[in-house]
Amino acid sequence: MGENIAALIGALPLVGEGVWITIQLTIGGALLALLIAIGLGLLARFENIVLRGIARAVIEFFRGTSLVVQLFWFFFVMPQIGVELPAMFVGILALGLNYGAYGAEVVRGSINSVPSGQWEATTALSMGSAQRMWRVIFPQAWALMIPSLTNLLIQLLKGTAIVSFITLADLTYATDKLRNSTDTFFAYGVSLIIYFVIAYALTLIMNALEVHAKHKLGRGESLREALSFRAPRSAGGKAGVS
Amino acid sequence: MTGLQWDWTMVWEALPELLLGFVKVTLLVTIVGSAIAAVLGLVIAIARRSAPKPIAAVLTFIVNFIRMTPIVVQLLFAYYLLLELDPVTIGVIIFGIHYSTYMAEVYRAGIDAVPAGQWEATTALSMSPTRTWVAVVIPQALRSTIPALGNYVISMFKDTPFLIAITVTEMVRAALVFGGNHFTYIEAITTAGIIFLIASYPTSLLIGRLEKRLAFSN
Repeated sequence: MGENIAALIGALPLVGEGVWITIQLTIGGALLALLIAIGLGLLARFENIVLRGIARAVIEFFRGTSLVVQLFWFFFVMPQIGVELPAMFVGILALGLNYGAYGAEVVRGSINSVPSGQWEATTALSMGSAQRMWRVIFPQAWALMIPSLTNLLIQLLKGTAIVSFITLADLTYATDKLRNSTDTFFAYGVSLIIYFVIAYALTLIMNALEVHAKHKLGRGESLREALSFRAPRSAGGKAGVS
Repeated sequence: MTGLQWDWTMVWEALPELLLGFVKVTLLVTIVGSAIAAVLGLVIAIARRSAPKPIAAVLTFIVNFIRMTPIVVQLLFAYYLLLELDPVTIGVIIFGIHYSTYMAEVYRAGIDAVPAGQWEATTALSMSPTRTWVAVVIPQALRSTIPALGNYVISMFKDTPFLIAITVTEMVRAALVFGGNHFTYIEAITTAGIIFLIASYPTSLLIGRLEKRLAFSN
C-alpha cells in the first residue's frame, strides 16, 4: 500500500493534468450541449413544419447514432474530407451534439408542461412571443428541467472517458499510466473515486441551481437560506416543532 | 484531398465485418446484458425497500457510485482484474451491473406508484412478504416500468461501442480496423452510424407508442 501511495504522489502531476482535461471536456461539452438543447428544444415546438422537421431530424440523428461513432466520425473522417480539427475541439463537439440532442427533448418536454394558464396570462397581457418565452415560460420550465439536465450532465462526464481513443490524455488515460507503477486495483480505485467526486460536485452545483431557480419563482427558500446551518423551516414559514 | 470521396465498393466490402460485429457482440451484449440488468435491478429495488436500514444505506451508496462513474473505466477495471475471463463476458457482466443500477430506480418508481391500499390489503390478508411482492406488488409495479426499462435497453445498445476500451471487436471497432487497413474511414464509420440509427430509431418510436398506450389504459 505504501508503494502505491508513493507511486500515486509521483504520478500526481499526470493525474492532475488528466483531471483538468476531463473537467475541460465536461464543462465545454455541457455548455455546448445546453446551447444546442435550448436551440433545438425551442425549434422543435415551432408550428412551421419545415423548422420543426429539421429540429426533429437533427435530434433523432444525434440521439440515434452512438456517441462513440460521432466522436470517431469527427476525428477520423473529417480530416479525410479536408477538415482537420484539434482533438479537444472534436471531444467537446461530439459530447455537445450528442447530449444536446438528448437535452433538447428535456427542454421541449419542460416547456410543454408549464401550465396552460401561464400561457393564457401572457396573451391576456398581450406580451410578444419572445418576451413571453424569456420572462414567463422559460424561467418556470428551467426549474422543471434541471433534475433531468443533472442526469444528462453526469452521463456527459462519464462519456468523456472515451476520449483517450482520440489521443486526449484525460483521467482515464492517466489511470492507465498510473497502473504501470501501482497495482490495478489501486489505480482504478483512485480513478473511480475521482470521477465520483467530480460527479458529486456537479450534482451539488445543479441542486443549488435548482433551489435558486425555484426561489426566483417564489417557491422555496433562497440559496443562502438553504445552505445555512439552521433548523429546517416548515411550509408556513414558522420554525418547526420545538 | 478535398471534398467528400464516397466509395460504395468500400461500403459493401466493410458491411460483412460490421454486421458480424453487430450480431456477435453488439446484439449479444445488449440482450444478455439487459436480461441481467432487469433481474438484478429488481433485486436491488426490493432489497433497498425491505433490507434493514444500514444495509439499505450501503446498497444505496454502491448504486450511486456505480451510476456516477464511467462504464469505460469500470470495463477497464474488470478487464485488468479478471484477465483470464473473455472480454465479451466481462462486457456482458459490467453492462448488466451498470444498467441494473439505473433499472433499480425505474422499479423503485414503479413500486412507489403501487397504491398504499394494496400494501394494507396484503397485511389484512396476512400474506407473507414473499407472496406480497410476487402476487400483489411486482405485477402492478412492472406494468408502468416496461417503457422506461426499454429506454435503458436502447441506451445500453448505444453504449456498446465503449467495449472498444477492452479490445472487443464490436461494430465500431470493426469499422476502425477496416478504416485503418484501407486508408479510408469515411465509408466504414458512417455505415456503422447508419446501422445504429436504423436499429435504434424504430425501437424508440415503438417504446414511445407503448408508453402512451400504457398511460391511457391506467
